[in-house]
Amino acid sequence: MPLLSAFLIGLLFGLGLLLSGMINPAKVLGFLDLAGDWDPSLALVMVGAIGVGLVGFGLFGQRQRSVLGEPMRLPTRRDVDRPLVIGGLGFGVGWGLAGFCPGPAITALGAGESKAFVFVAAMLLGMWLFGQWQKKS
Amino acid sequence: MSIDWSAFTPWSALAGGMLIGLAASLLLILHGRIAGISGIVGGLLQTPDGDHRWRIAFLGGLIAAPLLWALSVGTPSIQVDAGYPTLILAGLLVGFFTRLGAGCTSGHGVCGLSRLSPRSLVATLSFMAAGFATVFVMRHLFGG
Repeated sequence: MPLLSAFLIGLLFGLGLLLSGMINPAKVLGFLDLAGDWDPSLALVMVGAIGVGLVGFGLFGQRQRSVLGEPMRLPTRRDVDRPLVIGGLGFGVGWGLAGFCPGPAITALGAGESKAFVFVAAMLLGMWLFGQWQKKS
Repeated sequence: MSIDWSAFTPWSALAGGMLIGLAASLLLILHGRIAGISGIVGGLLQTPDGDHRWRIAFLGGLIAAPLLWALSVGTPSIQVDAGYPTLILAGLLVGFFTRLGAGCTSGHGVCGLSRLSPRSLVATLSFMAAGFATVFVMRHLFGG
């Protein structure tokens, strides 16, 4: 896989997080605080992202191979099960506690934000613990 | 609820969101991959399958973005009010449960909803609801 292309796409994604303000946990929490002074910005970020995504995925989602000739690796499951819901709820609690989700937290590393390093280290540990737990069960 | 008009940034939010959607579309179109950050990071922690290099390149791009931003636009505003114990708990929860639920805001919220995936709709409603509830408890019941 051409690594430069993956790098540039990551860069574009990160610039989107910066421009939208979603790299800033205080702004994310301003959206999640429905009962306080509400900042609806995150909803418009989703509208913009999904609006473009619907076109991209709609036009290219059914292909057998990517434009660069790589196999399409898209999820095929359609069933809603308990881990999906519990995972979503647990993630939402962590998101609401600090205002960081994975993309903005990793991007904030590049801004030298020390609290992002602590969050990402804990997140990696959480992912590793999940792997260990999954092996046992 | 009252809208905080001074904090609301509709145009940059919409434009930034479109960049995110463009990046997610390009990763699909060029590489056949879902731009789910928790999945991209989580794949790095699993047994090596020769699939690590594109993940590292993509994450390198994310990390490079603030450097480019600082050179062209200025210092990004990043305000983290949570203390270290809260950050550690939040990080553990986000890490463990995004893997259990197979996705986060980007994988389910952006890519999954763009694919009209029912699983991603349920996941997105779940983490949004839990996020709203958590902030309500922290700020309005415990006085954050």
